[in-house]
Amino acid sequence: MPLLEIERLKKTFRAPDGGTHSVVSVEKFSLEAQSQVALRGESGSGKTTFLNLIAGILKPDSGVIRIDGREMSALGEGSRDRLRATTIGYIFQTFNLLQGYTCLENVLLGMTFGHGADSEFATALLKRVGLGERLNHRPRQLSIGQQQRVAVARALANRPKIVLADEPTGNLDHNNARESLKVIREACRENGAALLLVSHDREVLSQFETVLDLEKINRAAIASFA
Amino acid sequence: MTLFRIVMKSLRQHALSTFVTAISISLAGALLMSVWSVKTQTQATFTQINGGFDAVLGARSSKLQLVLNAIFHLEASPANIAWQDYLDIQKHPMVAFAVPIAMGDNFRGYRVVGTLPEYFTKTEFANGKHYVIKSPGKNFALTNNEAVVGSFAAQKLGLKIGDRFRPYHGLNFNEQEQHEDEYTVIGILEPSNTPADRVVWIPLEGFQHMKGHSAQAAEQISAVLVKLRTPIAGGMLDNAINKNGTKLTFAWPIGATIASLLDKISWFDKVLELIAYLVALVATASILASIYNSMNERRREIAILRALGAHRLTIFSTVVLEAASIAALGMVFGYVIYFLLMTIIAQIIRAQTGVVLDPFTGNMILLWTPLGMIGLSAMAGIVPAFKAYRTDVAENLAPTS
Repeated sequence: MPLLEIERLKKTFRAPDGGTHSVVSVEKFSLEAQSQVALRGESGSGKTTFLNLIAGILKPDSGVIRIDGREMSALGEGSRDRLRATTIGYIFQTFNLLQGYTCLENVLLGMTFGHGADSEFATALLKRVGLGERLNHRPRQLSIGQQQRVAVARALANRPKIVLADEPTGNLDHNNARESLKVIREACRENGAALLLVSHDREVLSQFETVLDLEKINRAAIASFA
Repeated sequence: MTLFRIVMKSLRQHALSTFVTAISISLAGALLMSVWSVKTQTQATFTQINGGFDAVLGARSSKLQLVLNAIFHLEASPANIAWQDYLDIQKHPMVAFAVPIAMGDNFRGYRVVGTLPEYFTKTEFANGKHYVIKSPGKNFALTNNEAVVGSFAAQKLGLKIGDRFRPYHGLNFNEQEQHEDEYTVIGILEPSNTPADRVVWIPLEGFQHMKGHSAQAAEQISAVLVKLRTPIAGGMLDNAINKNGTKLTFAWPIGATIASLLDKISWFDKVLELIAYLVALVATASILASIYNSMNERRREIAILRALGAHRLTIFSTVVLEAASIAALGMVFGYVIYFLLMTIIAQIIRAQTGVVLDPFTGNMILLWTPLGMIGLSAMAGIVPAFKAYRTDVAENLAPTS
């Protein structure tokens, strides 16, 4: 059984003019445990909405999202929050680190809502991404690349089964992007987490064995933008 | 990382507004506690102070004036009464003990009161407590120009055993009106925390025959402090002297007389209470405004917490807990301000009346005020908490790709 299964997923938003437009319309999509898949998608192709639906941040209008045997799309908000905290790691394009917290605290915070804070594991993760000497630094005291690595450590903090990465290298220069992607992929592999990464960067996509075209998966949405 | 630590982080991140709102809470809390404490302690203390007597006999006047004058040494004496009036009440079968007092002089603003030496030996000013003259001092003799000085008056006037002084005429200090008679301090009272601490005591005869006093003064006194054998006697003497007589006033019972005064000025307490409540309301409203205004800048932070798996109710609780924590922090300062404020108020009251209030006395208001302020602030936190609760995660995360 795949780790992630999606069937007839639809999400529409209300437009300012009062009408609606469909952003996501995915007939079928699946992801195996511990696999690493990249989704190619240009700006406005519904990448973030698609990931937010998988993460349970957004509720679909219809369709089924099943993660690790549990139907995310049928759960209430509280249960979705819980499932997200314990099963899913999320790496945002802008990292979304909390500026008032140190690196270690940012990772521990990720654990708070999941299986509980584990300082030893959080430290190990930060060491793994090369920030063993920066545990008590605040995000603004780090380079962009280092901030990204804190976000990676935080995403893995709850030992998730799947890591969603939304343009994780979008804010990095070429060298940092390459290095960062390597860290993400290796860390996910080491922690037994599947990786679903969306990007429009050819360099990034070229690193993956499996690259799917979101625009093809998301046919109705493209149609709605046409 | 617990909810409490998240709250503490948030308070540190908004340190200035946390500090300002906490200070406003501390002032409100301190004001509330002070008003209540002064009110309750004043009522409890002043109505219990009777100098060890049940009643005051004096010239025809209000009972309150007599009590304030003879017990608290505050009000002017209405008029003098004859020595014979003292002898009559002293011999009354229902009177256990009576002490005459004469006043009308001062020493640098502190009252000089003439009385009998028995005042210090027989009077039980509170349960089981008698006046004690500090060693090596001693009580004055009726016919000598000697003085026993109350502890507070001695401290303020700098008087010690062996010092000589000349009283001034009148209750208010006027350098031009100094008597010729010279008195020697032979005793200083241990603090009794009663109005007696503010008095310079001299023998009654010395007072009556002091040069400069009229010849009539030798046969007159200001009032008689009366200790009754039974409480019922008070009613009977009240009838006989107040209702059937026309010359004298029998102020009985002393506590009720003071209570009636406090009742008359209770409106002032109510005004102070109202002000304190309003300040508390404004302080909690400032918490509401401060947190509510910070919500816009915190939307992204809330969205991140939600994206990490925090439930809406967790976010809601965090904001409510933050409001309550500001109040709790404020009340820590509030206790400090309260104790400072009460120490100052207690010193003023002691200087004016000799009565000592204790700001450290256990009072339920010291528990209820912080709890009330914390509860009220938590309620004020509900409004911004609801705003935080409704924060849309997807909209407030990083810009979409």
